[in-house]
Parts: sequence; C-alpha cells; structure tokens
Amino acid sequence: MCRLFALTASEPVSPMHAIRALDVMREGHDGSGVGLFLSDFGGPLAAFKDKPILSGICTREGLRRLDAAMEDWGFTPLWELPITPQGPRPRWTPERDVYVLRVYDMPAHIAALPQQERELALVRTRLELRHMGLENEDIIVFSFWPDAAMIKEIGDPLQVGEYLGVERDELLCRTILAQGRQNTNYAINLYACHPFFIQGISTMTNGENTAFVPIRDFLMNQGVPGYEGYNSDSEVFTHILHYTLKVLGLPLEAYKHIITPLKDHELENHPQKAFLARLKQLCRRMIIDGPNCVIGAIPGGTMFMVQDSKKLRPGVVGGRPGLFAFSSEICGLDFAIPDRDRSKDVQPMHLDTVIVGPSRQEVTVCRQTQPLPLHS
Amino acid sequence: MSANTAASPSQLSIKDLPWQIQWREERCTLCGACTSVCPVGAIRLGVFRKREIHAHPSLSTRPKTTWSIRYGIQQCTEPHRACVGCATCTLVCPNDAIMPMHSDEKDKLRMHRNIGGQARTRGGRRNDNESVLDRIKFIRISMLTDPALDAGRHEFDLRTLLGRVLPPQEGVRAALDGGWVPPVREIYPLMIGSMSFGALSPNMWEGLQMGVAYLNEELGMPVRICTGEGGVPPRLLRSRFLKYVILQIASGYFGWDEIIHAIPHMKEDPCAVEIKYGQGAKPGDGGLLMWHKVNQLIAAIRGVPPGVSLPSPPTHQTKYSIEEAVAKMIQSMSMAWGFRVPVYPKISGTTTATSVLNNLTRNPYAAALAIDGEDGGTGAAYNVSMDHMGAPIASNIRDCYLTLCALGKQNEIPLIAGGGIGKNGNLAANAAALIMLGASAVQIGKYAMQAAAGCVGSESDRCNICNIGKCPKGITSQDPRLYRRLDPEKVAERLVDLFVSFDTELKKIVAPLGRSTSLPIGMSDAIGINDKDAADRLQIRYVV
Repeated sequence: MCRLFALTASEPVSPMHAIRALDVMREGHDGSGVGLFLSDFGGPLAAFKDKPILSGICTREGLRRLDAAMEDWGFTPLWELPITPQGPRPRWTPERDVYVLRVYDMPAHIAALPQQERELALVRTRLELRHMGLENEDIIVFSFWPDAAMIKEIGDPLQVGEYLGVERDELLCRTILAQGRQNTNYAINLYACHPFFIQGISTMTNGENTAFVPIRDFLMNQGVPGYEGYNSDSEVFTHILHYTLKVLGLPLEAYKHIITPLKDHELENHPQKAFLARLKQLCRRMIIDGPNCVIGAIPGGTMFMVQDSKKLRPGVVGGRPGLFAFSSEICGLDFAIPDRDRSKDVQPMHLDTVIVGPSRQEVTVCRQTQPLPLHS
Repeated sequence: MSANTAASPSQLSIKDLPWQIQWREERCTLCGACTSVCPVGAIRLGVFRKREIHAHPSLSTRPKTTWSIRYGIQQCTEPHRACVGCATCTLVCPNDAIMPMHSDEKDKLRMHRNIGGQARTRGGRRNDNESVLDRIKFIRISMLTDPALDAGRHEFDLRTLLGRVLPPQEGVRAALDGGWVPPVREIYPLMIGSMSFGALSPNMWEGLQMGVAYLNEELGMPVRICTGEGGVPPRLLRSRFLKYVILQIASGYFGWDEIIHAIPHMKEDPCAVEIKYGQGAKPGDGGLLMWHKVNQLIAAIRGVPPGVSLPSPPTHQTKYSIEEAVAKMIQSMSMAWGFRVPVYPKISGTTTATSVLNNLTRNPYAAALAIDGEDGGTGAAYNVSMDHMGAPIASNIRDCYLTLCALGKQNEIPLIAGGGIGKNGNLAANAAALIMLGASAVQIGKYAMQAAAGCVGSESDRCNICNIGKCPKGITSQDPRLYRRLDPEKVAERLVDLFVSFDTELKKIVAPLGRSTSLPIGMSDAIGINDKDAADRLQIRYVV
C-alpha cells in the first residue's frame, strides 16, 4: 500500500526531507513511483506568487508543440527551473527528454478576468495541454497554477529525488505532499500517480476506493472542467474535495460529511441534523467506502487528513509550532520531526478531520459531531 | 371414447395433457381428500369394471369369466378440467398415493385452450426459466489493498432512497436558504411490489402487512409494500402503519374514492404514491380482476358492484397523452398530500423506457421510475401477453442508469427494478446484480408469494390459476373456504424470514466487494457474465 507524507512549515523546507521520510516507510512502497506537490515557495519562485507554474514532462517534440501552443494562447515564459538528471538513472525510471517547471505570465485578457473565471481559464489551459499530449504521448502536464508545482516520476522515491536533484534552494517551500507508490491496480502511468491536482487543490490517498466506478460516473458527467482522466481510483478524492469547496461552496470541514456521512444514530444529536441528513442524501453518490487515508492541501496554506468511516488505515499528524507533518506511518513522522512532543500526536479516528491552518501553529481536530461553519 | 365412434378435434387423451396423474392403487385408501381439494376438478372418483378370465391348463375344462368392480381415481381430459399440476392432491393424501407428473413432451392441450374462441387467460408468470440475472457473477473480490469485510460483524448501511434527489448544488442551496426540497424516503432496497387487495386474498394481504409492520417496528428494517390497484382497507388508511405503504393508482382508479376521503383522517402520510402505467406481465394491457374474485368485500373496497370483471384500461384515458398524463398525475397526487409524499410512475419494461426517463428528468416532482420487466407476474392476463410481451429488465435498467449518468443525474431519479427477481430462487444475487447495473431498489411479488405463502406456481406452467380464484393455497382466492387455509400470522412470520435471510445474503455479496457504507448502486466493475454479447450489451466485464 502506498505511503504518504506531507509537511507544512512556517519556514521553507526541502522536498527531499519529505522524500527521506518516505524512504523510512519504504516497506510500504515498491519503488514504482513518487509524486510531489509543492506550494508556498520560498526562494526565487516567491517572486512569482501570482504567476502560474507549469509542471510536467515532455519529449523534445512535445516541448516544441507545447511552446507553440502557449505562445499562441498568449502565455509568456518568465522563469524556468532547469531539471537536469544527475548520476545513474534509477531502475524503472524511463529516460526523459525534458522535465518542465516553468513560470508563465498570463495574457492580459486572462489576467483581467475575475478570480473565478481566471482560475477556470488556467484549468482549461492545463487540460488543453494534457489532451494535446495524449494525442502523441509527448506531453504530460501535472499542474498549471500559481505558486504550485508538481514532480512525478517512476522509480524508487529516494533515488528519483537524488536523480532529479530535488534538494535545491529553488524548491524550498512551505507545503509539501509526497507519495511513494505501490503499484497494485493499474499499469505504471504518471497520470495515475498521486498527489492529484485541480484548481489549487491537491490530495493524495492510500488504500483502495471500492466505490470508485459509481463516483467516477457521477463526477465525470457534472460538466466541471477537469473531472476527467481517472487513471487512478483515488483521483475522485481530489475532485470530491473540489466539488465540496468550489461547486457546493461548503467549507473544508464539510468534506468528511460528504465522503463519510454520519450514521443515523450519530446524526441524532447533531445541532445541524436536518442539514446534514439532507446533505447525506444529496451527496450519497460521493460516499466512499474505504479503506482510505486522505491527505490534502487547499489554497491558502491549509493542510488536512481524513480517514474512511471504517478507519481501516493508519495516519498520524504531529510536530511543533512552525512545522507539522502528516504521515501514513509514525516512523515517517519520527524521522521528520524527532524533537516534537509525541504526546500531542493526533491519529485521526473515523469522525475526524485533522487540520493545520496557514499559521502552522497548532493541530485542530474537527469532529463530524461538531457544528459546521455554514453560511446561507 | 368408444373405439368405433368419431373423435372430436378437442378430444384429448391423458397423454395430451401437460400433467398426468400418477395414482397408486395399492396405497390409496379412497378417502376422497384429493378429489375434494382439486381446484379445477381434474380428478374424480372412478368406478372401474374389471373382467377376469380364469382359464384352466386342461383343455377339457372350460374357462370362466368373472366381473369385479373397483374404485379409484380417474383423471379428466376435458380442456377446462385439465390438471394444472398444483399437487394439492399430493399435499392432502395421507398415504402419498397420488402425484401429478409433468408430461415427457409438449402437451397438445395448448392448442385447445381457446374453445369458443376464448384465448387463454391465466395468472402467474412467464413460462420461461431462463434468467440473464442468474448468470451474472460478482467478480471484484477485495483481496489486496482493500480487505474484504466481515459480513457477520461489520456495520452495514444498505438503505436506498425513494424520492427525487436534487442536484447537490441546488439541494444545498435549498437546504441552506429554506427552499422546498422534494420528499425523500430512506427505505430498504427490497420492496414488495404491487399486488392488490382483490388479486390477493384478505389473509394474504393481512399477512404481508403484518410482516412489513414487524420488519419495520421490531427489526428496524424499513421495508415498504405497494398496494396495487385495488384500494386499501379503511382501517389501514387511518392507521400509523400507512407510512410503510405505497399507494398505487392505476387507470381504473379502484378504491381511490375511499382513499381521497380518508386523507383528512390519515395519521401518517403514505410512504409514496405509485402511478401505474404498465406492468411486466401484460405490458400495455390494463389490469384485470376477473368476476370470480369480485365478492362483496372486494366490491366495497373498490367501489364497484360485485360479480363483474374489473378491467382497467391500458392507459389513463382522462388525459391527452402519456407524457401529459404522467406530468399532470404526478402534480395532482403530489398536491393531494401537500408535496410531502414522493410520487412516481411505474411502467412495463420497454425500449421506450429511456424516453419516459428523459421526460421525468425535466419534471422536478417525479420521484422515481419503477420498471417492471417481462418476467413480472400477475393475477390475471392473456397467456400471449405474459409469455411474449415486454422487455427484459436487465438491459432496460442498465440503459436507464447509463442515461441518467450521461445527464449527470445518476440516482437523482431512483430506478426501481422488477420482474423475475429470484425467479429461480436466487433472490439476493439477482437483486444485487440489478443494483450494480444501476437499480436503486428492486421489487418482488411472486417470490414473496412463494416464500411467504407457499405458492406453487412455476415457469413450467404449474398451477398459474390465480385468475379464477381457485388458488389451492388461498393466496389469490376470495373464497373463504380456500383462503382460510392460509394463516396470516404464518405468512407474516415467513415474510420476516425472507427479508432477514435476504439481508444476510446481500451482506455476503457486498462485504467481499469491500462495500458497507452505502448500497453499491451502479458498481458495474464488480459484476461479470460469461456471455460476450450480454457483457457488451450491459457494459460489464466478460468472464469465462
């Protein structure tokens, strides 16, 4: 089963720190891939906070097509991080032409749009590139979003991290999601590699989603740009979070009520019983059936962890003010933040959403039995 | 007949009948029980004269002839008295001396069941044992990252929703702003389909209602039962048990005068209202209660004179078109209960089901769509309708589910599947297969009659005389001499057995698939079939 590790820090840290924590948990991943979501950058990328960063992998021909398309659409490259592989290529890692991590300036007509429309324009641009790439299998695009970048590659996480030179000042950041894959269900395909990303929202999951097909069938027909692909059964977790926040306009705390709603006897004494019972009916199509641990990050610097309603997966959150880690195993947390008060570690149970906010000062546990912050 | 007389065209021998009575003289005590219970008078006391010749080996002694009289059982061969194979004679025989046996070839009686130009009518089911549902296997067993769950000890929520579910965005807005939200019931996914008071005997109806009440109130299983078109006893309308009942209105509107007048006195809203536009056993051919069964009680409840056949028209004739009828009737019935009760149409399986569904998606008051496939049963129908009319439920439900998916409205209009579920005894497997093909719930009728009341009908044309009120078990008879054979308490007990064991089996299916927190509607990756064409048609996996 995949291993998950995430860091949220007041001061930028290296993604390699998260990869080393994954390596401690290596018995749970088989070296079939690693995925990184990086956000809230320090270093030179901090100067481009509002500019979208394109992350992906291309062949040379793919890059030519990508450049032509981006130029055609009015996006101007501002800054690029050259990623040059170092040392021997890890076992299973294919030879790639170009790893892309590039900041663009938006064309004036997009920059002038209201925020919601501007965000959709960026999503559509990413999807256009993705579709272009699928035609000739020469462009893979993971994200195209301000202050967010993704790196994914097949191979052992530690070896890939060293091979791609992830330990560098330009990649220091405050929010890191990292996943070490165990490839069980699908052919090794980078679009099946966590974390998944849409409109600033990223999540990663371990376990298997037994309710995947009905949820996928629901989401992909909602007419929301980006609800597509589904090379992994876990991609729906990201899209359900997106649906919760962006389509339904509900707070992060409502996510758990959608994927794992309260049972009747648990709802009985809830102050928002009527609303939650209705929400359960309305969103029944997005109820997951586990076993899953989901770790995610949303725009603004908030990180969270939830479990399926059967609580069949481990998961722990701990740290100290200024630095918290979300880990699928305690050994990963012990490695990353040994000097913490372990008595304050939180292992979320079946009703909990564990949240560390953008101030990174404390861990908040939101139980489903508590009131939701709702606004009509 | 005599050997030297002409044989009439419909002169049949016992060999020509579908069922032959095997009678064992050495066991028979001539008690007469069998002849008295036979519902169709297929057997009678036979008086046989027997000649015996006593020949002596010696040629000098002349042989003697003696005559004796014997008594026994004789099978009638007139078409209207042909044995129906119900085996009630076997049931009552103290010495196991008598039993109907199925003919070893197709009978000739079928060509003579139209004496006087009357096409054959009967009750029961389609005479075909085939079931595509029986061939569907559950193949996605959780064996790796996701552990299989413990069906015996895990907590399951297998309820389904009956009622219009709004798109989440609209529903959340309405819930937050206090807008109207369509009524939705959380019910058990196995429903008892529409069987009317009249089609069923009072004892059977009472037994089913008691069983449903027990399931709800003692076991916490929200099982619902549909009335069929035949009205409702006044006491039930005014009782708290009405909330477990789905009232059916069909084109004859039988009993609705009483129901409408009872609305102000109702302590509870009914679970839902089903508007019947068609049924699987006789698609496009209205309901029928034959005169045999219209006694004083039935006539009173239905608001009609006794002793006349009660055919409902094929459609609701007060409206201009079906679409209009559906829309207006849903609106009217919703209004009658202040928009607090889900109202949905029931249609027979048909290639036009997706068109009906498309229509309903644009009607915000349409609460569900029930589809009754070709294997649906009935109390009375023409044989040709039962055996040859209508579409199979599996592909019909799948088409409708995929239509809803394409519209982004999956499960917003729950699909209720009926017709042939459990026809070969595989109730839970058939129900789960339909749910994974896209049904939100399934409904049964014949299975409940077989399991809860001992109905002996079968797809091999056994018994199937529900139409003439002679049901040997008293299930579909209005003759007190017959229905007193059925103890309502025992029916209720067996109905509870049926649902409790079904629940266990359903869990034994979904738990190994790793599902427990919600009913796996549309989990088509979990099922497969060993028929490539069927797999392609249903868009499920082909497995051999």
